[in-house]
Amino acid sequence: MNMRISAGEFTERSLQIIGDLKHLEGPMLPILHAIQAEFGYVPEEVKPIIASELNLSRAEVHGVVTFYHDLREHPAGRHVLKLCRAEACQSMGSDRIADRVRELFGIDFHQTTLDGAVTLEPVYCLGLCACAPAAMLDGEVYGRVDEHCLDEIITEVRR
Amino acid sequence: MSLVHEIDYGTPASRSETWVALTIDGRQITVPEGTSIMRASMEAGIQVPKLCATDMVDAFGSCRLCLVEIEGRAGTPSSCTTPVMPGMVVHTQTNRLKDIRRGVMELYISDHPLDCLTCAANGDCELQDMAGAVGLRDVRYGYEGDNHVRGRNNGEINARWMPKDESNPYFTYDPSKCIVCSRCVRACEEVQGTFALTIEGRGFESRVSPGMHEHFLDSECVSCGACVQACPTATLTEKSVIAIGQPEHSAVTTCAYCGVGCSFKAEMRGEELVRMVPYKDGQANRGHSCVKGRFAYGYATHKDRILNPMIREKISDPWREVTWEEAFAHVASEFRRLQYQYGRDSVGGITSSRCTNEETFLVQKLIRAGFGNNNVDTCARVCHSPTGYGLGQAFGTSAGTQDFDSVEHTDVVIVIGANPTDGHPVFGSRLKKRLRQGAKLIVIDPRRIDLVRTPHVEAAYHLPLQPGTNVAVLTALAHVIVAEGLFDEKFIRERCDWSEFEDWAAFVSEEQHSPEATEKFTGVPADLVRGAARLYATGGNGAIYYGLGVTEHSQGSTTVMAIANLAMATGNIGRPGVGVNPLRGQNNVQGSCDMGSFPHELPGYRHISDDATRDIFEKMWGVTLNNEPGLRIPNMLDAAVEGTFKGIYIQGEDILQSDPDTKHVSAGLAAMECVVVHDLFLNETANYAHVFLPGSTFLEKDGTFTNAERRINRVRKVMSPKNGYADWEVTQKLAQAMGLNWSYTHPSEIMDEIAATTPSFALVSYDYLDKMGSVQWPCNEAHPAGSPIMHVDGFVRGKGKFIRTEYVATDERTGPRFPLLLTTGRILSQYNVGAQTRRTDNVTWHTEDRLEIHPHDAEQRGIKDGDWVKLASRSGDTALRALITDRVAPGVVYTTFHHPNTQANVITTDFSDWATNCPEYKVTAVQVSPSNGPTEWQSDYEELSRRSRRIAGKLEAAE
Repeated sequence: MNMRISAGEFTERSLQIIGDLKHLEGPMLPILHAIQAEFGYVPEEVKPIIASELNLSRAEVHGVVTFYHDLREHPAGRHVLKLCRAEACQSMGSDRIADRVRELFGIDFHQTTLDGAVTLEPVYCLGLCACAPAAMLDGEVYGRVDEHCLDEIITEVRR
Repeated sequence: MSLVHEIDYGTPASRSETWVALTIDGRQITVPEGTSIMRASMEAGIQVPKLCATDMVDAFGSCRLCLVEIEGRAGTPSSCTTPVMPGMVVHTQTNRLKDIRRGVMELYISDHPLDCLTCAANGDCELQDMAGAVGLRDVRYGYEGDNHVRGRNNGEINARWMPKDESNPYFTYDPSKCIVCSRCVRACEEVQGTFALTIEGRGFESRVSPGMHEHFLDSECVSCGACVQACPTATLTEKSVIAIGQPEHSAVTTCAYCGVGCSFKAEMRGEELVRMVPYKDGQANRGHSCVKGRFAYGYATHKDRILNPMIREKISDPWREVTWEEAFAHVASEFRRLQYQYGRDSVGGITSSRCTNEETFLVQKLIRAGFGNNNVDTCARVCHSPTGYGLGQAFGTSAGTQDFDSVEHTDVVIVIGANPTDGHPVFGSRLKKRLRQGAKLIVIDPRRIDLVRTPHVEAAYHLPLQPGTNVAVLTALAHVIVAEGLFDEKFIRERCDWSEFEDWAAFVSEEQHSPEATEKFTGVPADLVRGAARLYATGGNGAIYYGLGVTEHSQGSTTVMAIANLAMATGNIGRPGVGVNPLRGQNNVQGSCDMGSFPHELPGYRHISDDATRDIFEKMWGVTLNNEPGLRIPNMLDAAVEGTFKGIYIQGEDILQSDPDTKHVSAGLAAMECVVVHDLFLNETANYAHVFLPGSTFLEKDGTFTNAERRINRVRKVMSPKNGYADWEVTQKLAQAMGLNWSYTHPSEIMDEIAATTPSFALVSYDYLDKMGSVQWPCNEAHPAGSPIMHVDGFVRGKGKFIRTEYVATDERTGPRFPLLLTTGRILSQYNVGAQTRRTDNVTWHTEDRLEIHPHDAEQRGIKDGDWVKLASRSGDTALRALITDRVAPGVVYTTFHHPNTQANVITTDFSDWATNCPEYKVTAVQVSPSNGPTEWQSDYEELSRRSRRIAGKLEAAE
């Protein structure tokens, strides 16, 4: 993931990605996922390109992008930690875990540490209610999160 | 008078012909299958509470207020999304429903400002109405929590709050009042088809967003106002309503802009117009509008409007204000003097395509009966005269064959030389809706117009031809249809002359008409022509819509005939979804042609040499009519330069700006001794006038306009004429001053005279129009309800006529000195010469005319975007700023003619259609070069305009 990309490169790489996927039925979400995988987020200047390639309006692409919390408007930190805050996890103490994480990283939800190491996000149900409280680090899920498990996560993040 | 009330049924009507009976709240009702429970209830007179539903858009089911209970079904389904079923028993009001609705309303109101008394929507707010309807008395949640209402919460900045967006000149967007019902978003998508709005975010964060969280003005929004009309609260509100307040009475009238002829409710407070709201029962627009019709009426009260008659001896003198009596007496004596001195044929007149049928009828009557000659013409001369001639020859009537509803049944549409999304926006929206449903589109245009590719619409074929090669391309299409045997033999044998068809078929089959042969000079790849021909001939119902890109050529009439040939050869005439449809430019250009505005035709397209027709009018008017056709506009100007034509009465047309070869027009006008201009403003032609008679707007008079689908629509007076007289009264008083015994007391009497003398209008009267809403001529004993579709059982002329269409290249050719082709057009926010729209906030979108040029041509000439460039042709030169775009092909440049200082017609030549003299606006060989600013002619002309607009005793009128 290269953070310094010129506008021309955005256009060129986006067009490539869109060209590869636009034949799909309902191509917008696969394209947005691929764009995010490429750039780490969905840059504002890519939305009109997607709109024009798929013959949609800018507004429509903007509506879809803003609907999904997983599609980012800005690049995230090197790691993304999601803590489940839904009912089952709350009943198993996820609030306490959240407080602890915020304290350890010195950031709140939706924020990234100053060194760019980690972005903290809430998530409403990972489908792991049986193993609550649950978390997800860079796409990998963790169940029955406790102090010990947190240490493991933090070591991973700090590495 | 009171407000014209329209019922909102909540969801669109079902078209099914199967009927379903059900019971709602104990009442039996029968409705078409597919109708929603909500609509069925409303038809039974029961209003189910609702917020997100309105009948201009499909049901959405998000507000959860319209819930009902259905016997035998669990839960509380929403009535807007649940279709009726036979035998269903529905309850719209139960204790359970009451509790749910009140709970929903509590949530809405907990995040809504409570400023109802000072809110612009007070009295016209559905949220307020629903709070009343569900009996909301308390909001248990309070108003203190998270909200979008206040800029600060307990001193802290509220990130959810957004300030008002006032960027659009006509309406405001106040996100704090939004209930996120999505009605605006859906109206923009389903009705207008622009897709400029979306809901951004999700859950409590959801807000309406123009474009990508942009201001309305910066977004894709075209300001049609459908969102404002759909909004149930004050979130989207007309600025005029904010400034004035709610209207108290209204009248249904007809828009005075383009030939679509949209019906509007003019909503009034006293004599002040509060807003224009498109009328759902309007049969042309079906409740939709564009930025011009809905918002651009400010010219009616603009300070530039001249309200007193004025006279001057010489055009170099300042104007002198006089009384109406003095003006009428002066004109009458001048015209009599000229006729005495120079002969009866030395005077004439021009009728207006912007005035009513009644007014146009009176002007031609004044000329034929009062002046005693047939020197009458109209601005259709410069736009659709080839349509009249071409369709008259082929089918027998000089008009389009369909109504606008027909587009809903079309499978393949050919748009040729027209730009509906700019020129005829409401029809454009209806067309786009059909295209989104799957109809196929073929665009034949030198320029990549919006329809070629715009969100959710993409043309199957775009044939980007060289300007001036329409006939060659259309004949090549015919070549493919004949050569590949795709014609409809049964239709042709039944409806047309088979031997004429054979002759024509042999002609188009010649090798030189094949797409491969014509490709060399049309620039259209042969495979595109073949594909398009196959699609049109075999794709189902095929309809052709065309505009001035067809008619304003030296072969305009030939092109119209070529279009007629295509439609007949493929059997695409005489039923819904097909036909040949000219998109008329001005509100009443069809009507002005119908009313006998041409020098050779009496009302109803009957030739002046026909004794029986003349006899009808001679008996009615008590005069003897001249049986020789009079002069056309270009002939009048030629005669003026030669010194035989001396006086002219011009009603509501600015020939100096709209007619070709400006220098020739100005020379003709300058050579006349009495030029009478009857208009709202001191237009460009008035620079050469000796008498100015102030005109009245469409809001100030009764009458009728006839739109492009031959629909006669009522125009209703909602305010008194600011200048004192409606235009028909001015013409009448002028006629009286000339000794004619006219005594009309109301335009309805003029319509009665039209009906009595013109067979195709036989049954038309104001009472009948009030009863029917509108009718499409012919409206007579044979067609009492009017004629939405013509030539149903056979052509009006008997057999449809196939005519050979030999391509003859225009004499206007490119060469080393003038290597580029200029073509002209119009833009959405402006109308014609701009006299009206330039005097409204529509200039926000289009402050000047720009020259569109391809990047390749621009680079060769060292021109950058926004640079001043000189545009020169064999006729003259002008300067304007460049707009670099690949919408035009290399070798082609394009501009609009909405601003008088651009003087685009200084450039155009005096080549014209061989049959009708319609000028060749669409092709001029030009050169483009960098320049420092306006040309000498433009500066001189500006000085002349300034001088000739002086009024004695007044400060200079600012243009």
